[in-house]
Amino acid sequence: MLKNKEQERLALEFSQGWSYAPAPESTDHVQLQERYSLFIDGKFVAPSSKKYFPTVNPATEQVIAEVAEAGKKDVDKAVKAARKAYDEVWSKMPASERGKYIFRIARLIQERAREFAVIESMDGGKPIRESRDVDIPLAANHFFYYAGWADKLSYAFPNRRPRPVGVAGQIIPWNFPLLMAAWKLAPALATGNTVVLKPAETTPLTALKLAELIRDSGLPPGVVNIVTGAGATGAALVSHPDVDKIAFTGSTEVGKMIQRAVAGTNKKVTLELGGKAANIIFEDAPLDQAVEGIVNGIYFNQGHVCCAGSRLFVQESVAHTVVRKLKDRLKTLIVGDPLDKNTDVGAINSAGQLKTIRDYIALGKSEGAEFYESPCALPQAGYWCRPTLFTGVSQSHRIAQEEIFGPVLSIQTFRTVSEVIDKANNTPYGLSAGIWTDKGSKIFNLGQQMRAGVVWANTYNKFDPTSPFGGYKESGFGREGGLQGLAPYLQFD
Amino acid sequence: MSSSVPTTIPDFRLTPTIDQVGVEERAARFRTRSIKKEAKVAGLKLALSMIDLTTLEGQDTENKVRQLCYKARHLHDAYDGLPTVAAVCVYPSLVRVAKQALGDSGIRVASVATAFPSGQAPMPVKLDDTRFAVAEGADEVDMVISRGRFHQGEYNYVYDEIAAVKAACGEARLKVILETGELGTLDSVRRASEIAMHAGADFIKTSTGKIKPAATMPVTLVMLEAIRDFYFQTGKMVGMKPAGGISAAKPALHYLVMLKETLGNAWMNNHWFRFGASRLANDVLMQLVKQQTGRYQSSDYFSKD
Amino acid sequence: MSRIPVLKTYKIYIGGKFPRTESGRFYQPEDAKGNSLGNLCRSSRKDLRNAVVAARAAFPGWSSRPAFNRGQILYRIAEVLEGRTDQFVAELVAQGSTAKAATKEVELSVDRLVYYAGWCDKYQQVFSAVNPVASNHFNFSIYEPMGVVAIVAPEESSLVGLISTLAPALAGGNVVVLLASQSKPLCSITLAEVLQTSDVPGGVVNVLTGFDSELLPHFAGHMDINAVIYGRQGADQIEALQRGAAENVKRVSLLGDRNWLEAEAHDPYLILNTQEVKTTWHPIEKVGGSASGY
Repeated sequence: MLKNKEQERLALEFSQGWSYAPAPESTDHVQLQERYSLFIDGKFVAPSSKKYFPTVNPATEQVIAEVAEAGKKDVDKAVKAARKAYDEVWSKMPASERGKYIFRIARLIQERAREFAVIESMDGGKPIRESRDVDIPLAANHFFYYAGWADKLSYAFPNRRPRPVGVAGQIIPWNFPLLMAAWKLAPALATGNTVVLKPAETTPLTALKLAELIRDSGLPPGVVNIVTGAGATGAALVSHPDVDKIAFTGSTEVGKMIQRAVAGTNKKVTLELGGKAANIIFEDAPLDQAVEGIVNGIYFNQGHVCCAGSRLFVQESVAHTVVRKLKDRLKTLIVGDPLDKNTDVGAINSAGQLKTIRDYIALGKSEGAEFYESPCALPQAGYWCRPTLFTGVSQSHRIAQEEIFGPVLSIQTFRTVSEVIDKANNTPYGLSAGIWTDKGSKIFNLGQQMRAGVVWANTYNKFDPTSPFGGYKESGFGREGGLQGLAPYLQFD
Repeated sequence: MSSSVPTTIPDFRLTPTIDQVGVEERAARFRTRSIKKEAKVAGLKLALSMIDLTTLEGQDTENKVRQLCYKARHLHDAYDGLPTVAAVCVYPSLVRVAKQALGDSGIRVASVATAFPSGQAPMPVKLDDTRFAVAEGADEVDMVISRGRFHQGEYNYVYDEIAAVKAACGEARLKVILETGELGTLDSVRRASEIAMHAGADFIKTSTGKIKPAATMPVTLVMLEAIRDFYFQTGKMVGMKPAGGISAAKPALHYLVMLKETLGNAWMNNHWFRFGASRLANDVLMQLVKQQTGRYQSSDYFSKD
Repeated sequence: MSRIPVLKTYKIYIGGKFPRTESGRFYQPEDAKGNSLGNLCRSSRKDLRNAVVAARAAFPGWSSRPAFNRGQILYRIAEVLEGRTDQFVAELVAQGSTAKAATKEVELSVDRLVYYAGWCDKYQQVFSAVNPVASNHFNFSIYEPMGVVAIVAPEESSLVGLISTLAPALAGGNVVVLLASQSKPLCSITLAEVLQTSDVPGGVVNVLTGFDSELLPHFAGHMDINAVIYGRQGADQIEALQRGAAENVKRVSLLGDRNWLEAEAHDPYLILNTQEVKTTWHPIEKVGGSASGY
């Protein structure tokens, strides 16, 4: 057997030879307008300010469309429409009929899935492989799952009588634009609430396409209202006195602002915030599959994932092997045009986020961690970051503590089970964790010890409408998905 | 036994475990690769050059083998610049016929041996079988492992047998067939791969083609990853041959994607990778002609053998 | 000459011990007639700090006890409390209850503990789930305790209110730092004595007495408290508490509008109030055509 040192003379070569020709997804079937207004009370209406802002393709830096900026007045109009629809239509409708509307939305998304996928990749920079195979199908499935709950709510809460809350204000992030809209809308509608939804400013288009789809579905006007804008629009929604419930997905910083803003009101709140998940590899793990799990954990969606496995812990006895395999795997990741079917890692969502990521990479270097990045070439225009990892990281490095929200992995080693449990939980976050070992009893032990809302054992970054998702500690509270995803939108007698 | 084979024999009970669902996911991801235009043409030609054109039937005759050998040399004369297949694979009794028919074409003759396909024969019989094939002119020997012994946990027996066959091969390259369809789990595929490589296999091969399932992408991926680990452990390259069940061009391209992204370019040639197949060549040819003409093809225009 | 009774010194309860407040301060709550109920500790923020440290240290042990064992311990609390009925009745009467109402409150408190003792090893069965995900994975969601729970006990119904907010948190495996009723604190300290002799490990419940105006900002802002249960009705306090809770995204539940004296003022959803949902995924090997089957 060769020693680790001798192995370093050996290398696999991936850059030469046979390569894949460009395989761009066709865009000719996509229908986009030059300008989108606000979706209020079943119609697209101009914002009272008449202000519009551009939404940019992060892979080309070209403007795709202009989108309305909703001010306080517009938000108020949307909330009024939602209240009226709640009082007059939605709360009076038999639950089974409500469910049928939601089923219909699920079906319409399935019918137009490819168009949604292409727009998602254009507006947000994510690879078409992911928007086509993950985001859009999961979004449709989420509506399909919750549609069926509409007339069965009493079975979910034994000995209780659930009632809707009223008008829900929902604010979603830019990393999974349509999927997060589905995570918010589907349970809210199924439980009988009406909604004002605010998409993220950099990725509003699929939500607006969804608005068109909802209009076409015949859903009564005002049940879903979609207002676009930036932080001020969101703040107006949060502070609106006639909103009964706030659901937010985004940064911990903004989540705390929302928690403060609603203090003393009767608003129900759920927060799905940041994370800095530990992904733990034991020496007895199926290493090749673990490496794939690491890649899915941190390079999926350019690392713009709140539950990303950004802190890798590898048992020392296999650290050399795992890092070597990981580096080789990075060489085979295809970075570039999000619309190319072979792209594995797309564009960083915005110039601002790219700067944040670059600052953290510079910080990691200055903290003395050992830097490695994929050797891939990057396109000229657009916002790009190579898949990156740092070895020699310790718990005290800021890159191991703070959420970077980019394709940057920090790798630490450990020796014993108790050591890695301590380190994994040594964070204010608690959204998710990964455990890789062939030993079942170890999985159940660690699964129990992880202070995190989602534990992936021998897998990572898996999502399903039936599976509750949400965090411990500063990763927020409340669950989305599954039976537990209903409660945040209900009150009980 | 070649001198580059490590002198310490690992404990094969301790081979790495495999997570089957993770392997399936990874294999599925290779299948999402979209291979178009010039990449497709290059890939298809590469696939042709990697084929071990195979006939392994009780009804095989000298004439049948001669026809197959002609096909191996003249895949589709209407299309300029095609490679030949890598080898023709036959039973030992027909090696001499194949050798003569292939002449100086550069196409190698591979012979199955060791009581193919079951392997249920005493070791001396298997070694004689091997020596006979080599004496008849086989450039390559495709042996089967003793799956029964493997299931009994007699890994050392399986190892010794492969090593003995390897010695009997002399200069011929040895492909070791694991018959993965009889091994039950991917963990066993991994274990059998390691036994074969440590015992001196030049290639590891999935299947005889007589048992279903034969080659699948997940099984092949596990074997490629075993080859990769073995390379880093010993510095020695081992070849891979998925066999059986790969009859269409598109899956063949996905195997090449998997090969490229798992082992890299050093393995992207017929010295280190083969497809064991009887029908694959014609589907690849149809795709190549379609790329050339823009028209979808009919099998009526492509000679069977 | 009649015997001189020995008066009780009310201390606070931290980490299984009964210290006085580190601040040395005291206050004198009064009964309806203006008589002092005694010299109660006016706990400081440092007492709170110490209580949280003690609670955090007790969390791993308490939360990992078998649910059955937690149920036995809650039942044990009920047994010991029942045996001290007269003392609690006397304290409630001293704090303004009629003898009849006091007796009823103590009985209800015992019954409520028995109720939650029974839930300890059942709520998980009733509320956890196996989720039928569409991929080859086994996926299940279970409930886990949030951790250190601060309870601002109801100001009135000072025994049953305290038990009604405390028992669900304990049943679910949390550890507790409890602020007693400011005007009616006697039962809380006597309850601590019950807890100490009921197999409840030190630190699992910690009881402070004192001024909510002084201590609440520290309850809200403490970075190692995971959740707050607020059993009172001060709108200003609620707002301040919720605002402060944002510092570490504390979970705040408001239970001030409950009437704990009602026989039905209990349910397992109060246990879920201080529970997190954890969802675990694991692949299912699919060999020989088997399906996931879950």
